[in-house]
Amino acid sequence: MLDGFSAEMLARVQFAFTVSFHIIFPAFSIGLASFLAVLNGMWIRTRDETYLTLFNYWKKIFAVTFGMGVVSGIVMSYQFGTNWAVFSDKAGPVVGPLMAYEVLSAFFLEAGFLGIMLFGRERVGERLHMFATAMVAFGTLMSATWILSVNSWMQTPAGFSINEVGQFVPEDWWQIVFNPSFPYRLVHMVLAAFLTTALAVGAVGGLHLLRDRADNEARRMFSMAMWMALLVTPLQIAAGHVHGLNTLEHQPVKIMAMEGHYESHPEGWSPLYLFGIPNDAEQRLDYAFGIPGLGNLIFEKPLDAPVMGLDTIPDEEQPPVFIVFWSFRVMVGLGFLMLGLGAWSAWARWKGNLYEAPWLHRACIVMGPTGFIAVLAGWITTEVGRQPYTVYGLLRTSDSLAPIDAPAVAASLIAFIIVYFFVFGAGTFYILRMMNKRPSTPKLGLADGPIRTAGISPAPQIDDKFVPGK
Amino acid sequence: MIFDLAFIWAGLIAFAVLTYVVLDGFDLGLGILFPFAKSDGDRDQMMNSVAPVWDGNETWLVLGGGGLFAVFPLAYAVIMPALYMPITVMLLALVFRGVSFEYRWRTTRWKGVWDIAFFGGSLIAALCQGIALGALVQGIEVSDRAYSGGWFDWLTPFSILTGIAVVVGYALLGATWLVLKTENALHNQMRSYAWYLGAATLGLIGLISLLTPFQDPVYFQRWFSLPGSLWTMIVPVVMLALVWSFFRGLNDQKDLQPFLSALGFFTVSFIGIGISFYPMMVPPSLSIWDVAAPDSSLAFALVGAVILIPIILGYTAYAYWVFRGKMDPSEGYH
Ligand code: HDD
Ligand code: HEM
Ligand code: HEM
Repeated sequence: MLDGFSAEMLARVQFAFTVSFHIIFPAFSIGLASFLAVLNGMWIRTRDETYLTLFNYWKKIFAVTFGMGVVSGIVMSYQFGTNWAVFSDKAGPVVGPLMAYEVLSAFFLEAGFLGIMLFGRERVGERLHMFATAMVAFGTLMSATWILSVNSWMQTPAGFSINEVGQFVPEDWWQIVFNPSFPYRLVHMVLAAFLTTALAVGAVGGLHLLRDRADNEARRMFSMAMWMALLVTPLQIAAGHVHGLNTLEHQPVKIMAMEGHYESHPEGWSPLYLFGIPNDAEQRLDYAFGIPGLGNLIFEKPLDAPVMGLDTIPDEEQPPVFIVFWSFRVMVGLGFLMLGLGAWSAWARWKGNLYEAPWLHRACIVMGPTGFIAVLAGWITTEVGRQPYTVYGLLRTSDSLAPIDAPAVAASLIAFIIVYFFVFGAGTFYILRMMNKRPSTPKLGLADGPIRTAGISPAPQIDDKFVPGK
Repeated sequence: MIFDLAFIWAGLIAFAVLTYVVLDGFDLGLGILFPFAKSDGDRDQMMNSVAPVWDGNETWLVLGGGGLFAVFPLAYAVIMPALYMPITVMLLALVFRGVSFEYRWRTTRWKGVWDIAFFGGSLIAALCQGIALGALVQGIEVSDRAYSGGWFDWLTPFSILTGIAVVVGYALLGATWLVLKTENALHNQMRSYAWYLGAATLGLIGLISLLTPFQDPVYFQRWFSLPGSLWTMIVPVVMLALVWSFFRGLNDQKDLQPFLSALGFFTVSFIGIGISFYPMMVPPSLSIWDVAAPDSSLAFALVGAVILIPIILGYTAYAYWVFRGKMDPSEGYH
């Protein structure tokens, strides 16, 4: 079935497949961890049971998401070695320590406090439980920070020299960690995680409002989610824009591919293409439809400033344009839809019918998964746009490969595909099923009685499972 | 100089791997014992006894792999392709096992499926870890900074034997952990298993110790030439003391002593392997210094390790303390 593919191609597909699955879970768990910390904080401050019910509801969904994030992440950390051994040998001295810091400062923190957050409220008391919840949230953000530093260094390498065996040798750690694209990527990704979570929470809130407008928990989460969507989307678009300016400075070829600019515009007035079918073989954009001049304006250049295209770049230095061009449009298009959704919710809120607007609620359900799609599209733009390099301009993807045989990679690729669809498909199903239940459902999962010691069981957590005689 | 950054890091990586083996060992071990539980309630208890800590346990594996990548990148780049199959299968097994902790409570119809996933995942992960160890002991073929063997070189009778030994050993850790954490029927069942598993583990450790020196003449010399062998003699002596303490503890109805002694078996065996290997990182040809990253990498990472590892050990211990004591069988999940 996979005969005729080179080990390189198979390894790339395998990496893209596993990392794409992986990123879906962090995008949700980074946002949910912070959301949970806020819910728990609000419960402690206001003693409003709605917050506690919501906390317990999303906590279970978080636990499943987090579990999937952990197991798919462990796979990632070994794949550098199994599939990209030459990359590991050469870039390990630079990116390895950053990943070691991620393990030490983030993964242990998340894992260490997760148990207390999930099971420990009664055992350690409210204050320590709040602390544990905050540490889990902080851990997810730390993790994002380090791994994005790694990824950004691969995009815009800085602060290194190259030794006699071809390894990258760290010279200035400050420059490595805070490499030129890192701040932009970190902001854009963390906002993406918050936005993704807000849309998912909003969809669940909308669903339960459609069923029962008076559902207290549904109202609360819907309102919170809509505030997030309203406030974060404009920030995200602004962050994406400056991210793009930064990319133009450091990876202009990627921008040419994103914009579909095969041709140069020495006189300026470059178009912004809204549609087109990139044709790498002929090096032109078929069926192109663009607005002249706007291409200059979005990059904050004077209208008559020259804009160079892929015709100035040798073919073997170009990324596959089709994927980059379209994934970028998917992300940006969804971003503007989210902006519209936020504005709609603001209008409904202003009119006072946020909870009585069925069309808004339906729209939220439709928009629920779009955060995930935008995140994937964004990463595909970033990663495919950096091809044919793993370390931009310095180490080619084809030179990064491990000395492995195609059949071994093919076999493991097939195994990954089967296992991931089976395991993560089941997990997604369980998550959707939990989301389908009302937050105030006493028994959300099956055996979800709280950990009970010494008979403390706050009212909303009571379920009938352990009542004597039952 | 011997006591340099690379040496310190070799010690830290060894520490991370040992901590992993010790912590995730009992965690995987109780998965291996899962099918032997007499009731669903017993299985709930077994899983709940590690539910709050399993993720932390597994993070040591990430530190072992990630640490190798950071400070011994060449070793990582050689070992991973050499062990491509066992590592990939282990990762997939860990996927199944990891998600079962949550999934099992989210379905009635498929509960059995996730029980099997938990058992199968634990068993296969343990087997692959043992095979990987055996393959490393046999040695890995390297030329020109890259693995140069085939993709089935890891498969030999010796590596299968080490695989089985790790499975049995982890099951022993799991059984003694459950002796510590449970009461009543499950407790008694595990105590009686511990006798057999203890004997089997020791037999296998003995067999592997006899075979190892013949895998590589260097190992042989390390163990059987004076004056080195005076030092290496300490290993079997400590082992004997642990064996005594283990069976004594089982017999006297002690709860903690068998568990700690079993952990001791692993620690001593690990030190034994360390003696055979040192100063090689990838036997037979790459030493710690051949594979070490430049000093700037080692120093930078060491700062973080020295500050953070004690903190990690602190809050890990705290998490174990919070969930200490016997399981309350009526305790639900969450
Ligand atoms: C923007 C964020 C982000 C990105 C780009 C990545 N990850 Fe991730 N990762 C996380 C954010 C995250 C997280 C939020 O910290 C997770 C998700 C759920 C979880 O358990 O922690 C996680 C889990 C996680 C784990 C398990 C940690 C544990 O045992 O607790 C590992 C080993 C990795 N990741 C490794 C990687 C690698 C090698 C990546 C690059 C290819 C990667 N992650 C991309
Ligand atoms: C988490 C979100 C990410 C996604 C969705 C993603 C996606 C992708 C995709 C689609 C490719 C294939 C490009 C191609 O073959 O044309 C790729 C390649 C690659 N990515 Fe990422 N990536 C992500 C994060 C990262 C991070 C954080 C790192 C580094 C730590 C990384 C390292 C690599 C490497 C080494 C390759 C080279 C292999 C290849 O070209 O296929 N990626 N990634
Ligand atoms: C609508 C306006 C948006 C613009 C102008 C924009 C711009 C960009 C650009 C230029 C990149 C590539 C940077 C590079 O590779 O160097 C990027 C990447 C990315 N985008 Fe967007 N984006 C927008 C909306 C969104 C939305 C709504 C999401 C998700 C909810 C999102 C998620 C991502 C992610 C995850 C990446 C990859 C990581 C990174 O490089 O930061 N973006 N975006």
